[in-house]
Amino acid sequence: MIAEEFTGAVELTVNGKKVEIAARPDMRLSRVLREELGLTGTKVGCDAGDCGACTVLIEEEQACACLVPVAQLEGRRVQTIEGLAEDPIGRALQRSFHYHGAAQCGICTPGMLMASLDLLRRVEKVDLPMVETALGGVLCRCTGYLKICEAVLDAGRFLEPDEGLDEDAISANGVASIGELKPPTGSQAGLPGNGVSVGARVARLDGLPKLDGTEVYGADKAPQDALWLRAIRSPHARARFVIGDLRTFVSNEPGIFRVLTAADVPGENSFGIFPDMKDQPVFAEGETRYRGEAVAAVIGERAAIDGFDVSRFPIRWDPLQPLIGLDGALSPNAHASHPAHPDNVLVRGWVEKGDIESAFRGSSHRAEGLFSTRFVEHAYIEPEAGFARRVGKRVEVFASTQAPYMSRDEVARVLGLEPGDVRIIPSACGGGFGGKLDVSLQPMLAVAAWQMGVPIRSIYTRPESMAATTKRHPAAITARAACDAQGRITAYAMEADFDTGAYASWGPTVAGRVPVHGTGPYRVPNVLNRARAIYSNGPIAGAFRGFGVPQAAIAHEALYDELAEKAGLDRLEFRLLNALRVADETATGQVLQASVGLDRCLEALRPHWHKMLEEAETLNDKATVMRRGVGIACMWYGIGNTALSNPSRMRLALTREGRVLFFNGAVDIGQGSTTVLTQIAAEALGLPVSAFTLVTGDTDKTADAGKSSASRQTFVSGKAAENAALALRAEILRHTNAGADARFALEGGQLKIDSKAESTVIDLTAWPAGADGIVFEGAGDFDPPTEPLDIKGQGVPYATYGFAAQIVALDVDMALGTVRLERFVAAHDVGRAINPTLVEGQIHGGIAQGIGLALMEEYVPGRTENLHDYLIPSFGDVPPIEIILVEAAEPLGPFGAKGVGEPALVPAAPAILGAIRHATGVSIREIPALPHRVRAALEAAGRAWEI
Amino acid sequence: MPIYLRPASLKSALSLLAQAARARKGRSGHPLTVLAGGTDIYPARAGKQAWLESFPRDFLDITQIPELKGIRRDGRAVLIGALTTWTELVAAKLPPAFDALKEAALQVGGLQIQNRATLGGNIVNASPAADGVPPLLALDAQVEIASTRGERRVPLATFIRGNRQTDLASDELVVALRVPLHGANSRSLFLKLGARSHLVISIVSAALLVDQAADGTISDIRVTVGAASAVPTRLAALEAELRGEMLELALLERVTPALFSSLTPLDDVRASATYRRKAARILVRRGLAACIGPRAEELAA
Repeated sequence: MIAEEFTGAVELTVNGKKVEIAARPDMRLSRVLREELGLTGTKVGCDAGDCGACTVLIEEEQACACLVPVAQLEGRRVQTIEGLAEDPIGRALQRSFHYHGAAQCGICTPGMLMASLDLLRRVEKVDLPMVETALGGVLCRCTGYLKICEAVLDAGRFLEPDEGLDEDAISANGVASIGELKPPTGSQAGLPGNGVSVGARVARLDGLPKLDGTEVYGADKAPQDALWLRAIRSPHARARFVIGDLRTFVSNEPGIFRVLTAADVPGENSFGIFPDMKDQPVFAEGETRYRGEAVAAVIGERAAIDGFDVSRFPIRWDPLQPLIGLDGALSPNAHASHPAHPDNVLVRGWVEKGDIESAFRGSSHRAEGLFSTRFVEHAYIEPEAGFARRVGKRVEVFASTQAPYMSRDEVARVLGLEPGDVRIIPSACGGGFGGKLDVSLQPMLAVAAWQMGVPIRSIYTRPESMAATTKRHPAAITARAACDAQGRITAYAMEADFDTGAYASWGPTVAGRVPVHGTGPYRVPNVLNRARAIYSNGPIAGAFRGFGVPQAAIAHEALYDELAEKAGLDRLEFRLLNALRVADETATGQVLQASVGLDRCLEALRPHWHKMLEEAETLNDKATVMRRGVGIACMWYGIGNTALSNPSRMRLALTREGRVLFFNGAVDIGQGSTTVLTQIAAEALGLPVSAFTLVTGDTDKTADAGKSSASRQTFVSGKAAENAALALRAEILRHTNAGADARFALEGGQLKIDSKAESTVIDLTAWPAGADGIVFEGAGDFDPPTEPLDIKGQGVPYATYGFAAQIVALDVDMALGTVRLERFVAAHDVGRAINPTLVEGQIHGGIAQGIGLALMEEYVPGRTENLHDYLIPSFGDVPPIEIILVEAAEPLGPFGAKGVGEPALVPAAPAILGAIRHATGVSIREIPALPHRVRAALEAAGRAWEI
Repeated sequence: MPIYLRPASLKSALSLLAQAARARKGRSGHPLTVLAGGTDIYPARAGKQAWLESFPRDFLDITQIPELKGIRRDGRAVLIGALTTWTELVAAKLPPAFDALKEAALQVGGLQIQNRATLGGNIVNASPAADGVPPLLALDAQVEIASTRGERRVPLATFIRGNRQTDLASDELVVALRVPLHGANSRSLFLKLGARSHLVISIVSAALLVDQAADGTISDIRVTVGAASAVPTRLAALEAELRGEMLELALLERVTPALFSSLTPLDDVRASATYRRKAARILVRRGLAACIGPRAEELAA
């Protein structure tokens, strides 16, 4: 029997190399790869086989490394992302993914690539169903899967010449080889404003490390001597608690060195997005307000933290009656969750214009309804992770974030330091979608590192990430709308309550943004839109792609479908009739000056719309259990913060070596800001993207670009980048007699300048330079002009708006209530598509999240805290999407550009719900439209089939 | 120190299990958790670790035991080794009666899971939504069990006793599934209903196995429904109603709601209980229609 007991060492072959591992036999292969072998390219998203990010090949077969005990690998071969490039097919896949923009945040990419390798090694000729089956075990939250499918199907074209490549075919398609950018070509190169950089499908500048496993996410790096931190969290929605004798506890726990509680927070034990609403503690004091709230943190060695059993922790819980949902929080018997808000109303938003009551009375047609949505989880595949260390009198935090400067200020507050004494180094961000705007583990890590003087790291488990961090606000929206006999909208009124959960977070933003957008992108002369953010003992509802606007759009688009029907108008024509146009006035009294492309979006959709409707009619002529429906929805979205300053600052420098340094503090969370901002800067400066060296993130090295949210980086930081480039250009030209038409070209340290007035060469190597080698530099700022909203919500909340319309065809199973999506056509006014590939990626991903919102996503604390009970769209759930880009240039934006990140999501869910109604005649108003809800609605209408 | 045992023979595995069971009776040891593909054990561990709760750490890894591997014919039955993975099952040449099981195999998680998860694990885990169980019940599978005390064979229907409960003693191992062979005219199919395309836990599932006599009548029929009771359930009343009848469209009318009353579905985040009961009937009717023929299926729809 002894002989059969595991002796502690396993010999296996990893990427062709024999390695011997001395580790616990039941240790997961994923952990062994990452922590014993330093192969951090294999990502861990769930530790439960749900997400597939850790997919590796074992003896040529794909497996989730998180489910394989290392003992089973004795004598076996494992291949990871780090070994992918050894295989010609692997290299072809990398090139194809790069070219197609198949990696956004990149956290799922290693898993996708390994699953693809498994498929392409087994099967020579692949089709879409094969790709979906082979990759179906890997989840992606960014791309909507479509570009991944394209990349795998197209990989054959990227095999190298000696591997059977048709080289001409590739160069004819302008495919850049991996490892180099697609360079601007032809004699126009370097001329500013000629469209060389802007408008080009430049492959992601930060793309290559996402394809070979070298990208460094929050969990991928920490000092060798770092100790591990795990939070002790409330298992109750609301409870009082008493922590016992920690000194005795620590002395009895080998490998545990310290427990931190609220008493150890040196500064304020509170944080939060708004200066006057910092209501969330680092560690709760006396009472917890939601399941998953941290009350303490244990710090120790990895093994001790791993095996830590909370039942030994000295804490007594006394569960209290929680406020569950809006009904619970607003009930007359509800306790006040925060004493300053006795009615649990955190904040109210209000937009009022005209006289709705007389408008409703005088209108020919009216529609009304109550719409409700649930908590939605961001489900980025990278759980929160990072480390902190004390450096003298300063603290450095390396972590996954969307908002490094806000993170810096929160950490400084908690430590009682000046913001300048905190350095935030953002890791690569494995998905954010709003969920990584708030700090998560940063304050705890910083407190621990500060108090203990050693580096401290932490990685949230998947259930911890889901339980502890923010969600999309559940909404209860009561709305009514009216139009005249011709179908012109006359009035819209909305009362929207949002469950903001335990703490304020971005509740005020949702309550503020929703009334502004509540009518949808239409001319509505009489408006009364009210919103409230309500405290409860649910999870913290914060920022999630759209800040409440997607929920509000579900209401207005459903009502407009009804009005169109009552007025006898086609749904698209009704929207076109009412669509906002230049010179129209919005609900806040803002007169739109430019860049309102909604009418063009709708006109572009019209032929597709009619075709889809005809197809539906033909299909529905046959009375089968599957009913085809077609839906349409429009959206608008104010770019940047609502009626608040949200500046960005960018810096560019030209070095003695002839490189352009781009100091860019905007965090690329997968959306592509690093690439887009560089394209803008390159265009404005007049040098190719390939001349740029990027310095991104890091609050010590870059200026504050604001957060990566509100679809603002292309518009706001893009304009700042353009301004910085123009400043650098002017600075260079100041030293010459060249005119504004000057063309730049760099050859090593020689900057050639050609203009009608003068042709000259600046020898940068001989020019006086600073210690950093910088010869010339320029900085640029931009803060979109807005005006505060008055007491009735009148003013100019945003400098510009994104617009879009999407249509969808789908089939509803009239018996089971399931929905199968057939096709989307999405028309988006993005002002200017700086990089069409990246814009398409945002639209695909936004629609995928809209599909999740409409059909399957519902977070229930304690019940769906993993990625098998909480469902996000998988391969096969996102149908083909045809994209029409409309470019109604925004004069304030860089080269006319606006944002697209959130606009992509907003119309998808209402379009789906409208299509379900078209197919079935029933309106689903309790979201998500899970099969049982659809079936119940069909039954209520007497339309359910039994086969 | 956690124990990790990886015996190379069934005999030694059984004696290790017996020792552990004895030690446990004497309260001096821990239970040994039997580990194969790890596709249930590690996810469960992740859930425990997230809340800092203790989890099983002493394992008997059975993946080296040759007696538990492979699919082979044994007289009038097929023996499926407990360690058979879904991928191996799909690749195996099996008669049409196994089609439902193969269809289920292709829907157990993604390929990563199908490559590692075992049939033995699927039945021992005893999830109400286990996709392998309804087809195996329809096949009348029996479970071959061994311990140092001897061998026994029990019907799968009695082996699974409840949600996550089985008839397996702590010193016993599942060695194989024994599936009696059916006639060449058998048809079987599996229908799974979930809220997304891949990686989805069933809201309801159904498996049908129909044997047709030369005269077109149903000589035997098995219908099972998963995820609509604590244990996937054979619908005996429904089977009795249909047995001996002509396999034709009119039969669908006989599939009445009353015949599904033995189901005891739950209300949960995936679906309401009422829905599950109705969906089970719809799946079964669709399954029958598919057995009647594609044209019939269209008509019925």
